[in-house]
Amino acid sequence: MMADEEPSATTADANPVNEPLDMVRLSLSEVVFVKLRGDRELQGRLHAYDNHCNLVLGEVEETVYVVDDEEAGDEIRTVKKNSEMLF
Amino acid sequence: MLFFSFFKTLVNHQVTIELKNDISIRGTLKSVDQYLNIKLDDITVVEEMKYPHLSSVKNVFIRGSVVRYVHLPAAAVDTPLLEDATRREAAQTGAKAKQG
Repeated sequence: MMADEEPSATTADANPVNEPLDMVRLSLSEVVFVKLRGDRELQGRLHAYDNHCNLVLGEVEETVYVVDDEEAGDEIRTVKKNSEMLF
Repeated sequence: MLFFSFFKTLVNHQVTIELKNDISIRGTLKSVDQYLNIKLDDITVVEEMKYPHLSSVKNVFIRGSVVRYVHLPAAAVDTPLLEDATRREAAQTGAKAKQG
């Protein structure tokens, strides 16, 4: 019976992190920090994700970094937005 | 498939969709498909003054790929159930990866 088992199956039991998304799986219902395209960051509680790294976060704070080009020189402004649940 | 099923549970709820061109549209979620294309009814554009060209539009179809965020009503989401569904989906796709 035991001989039928794949060797990879036993190592999989020993180490729960086999692929990168397993790291994400262990972060479910934890507060996570996400860096996005377009100078955006999200901080919130991870409720769901999929293979495309679509996410659902709860109690989210989004930070957008915007460059204000005024004559005095380019200043980086941060815009913060909150949302109770975000896909 | 997870988020397709998830959005189907949110049909007839009020959502706000933020597009990649920064327009935010609030409306009733009427339907969703496998690409997460979305149909909204009774829409209002959040910053009406800034984007007046949609003010007479009642009903929209949004291509899934132009969506940045969907703001959801937290009350309509069962978060423990969603987390369990995510784990199940991860286990399935993990098993598939091992086969292939």
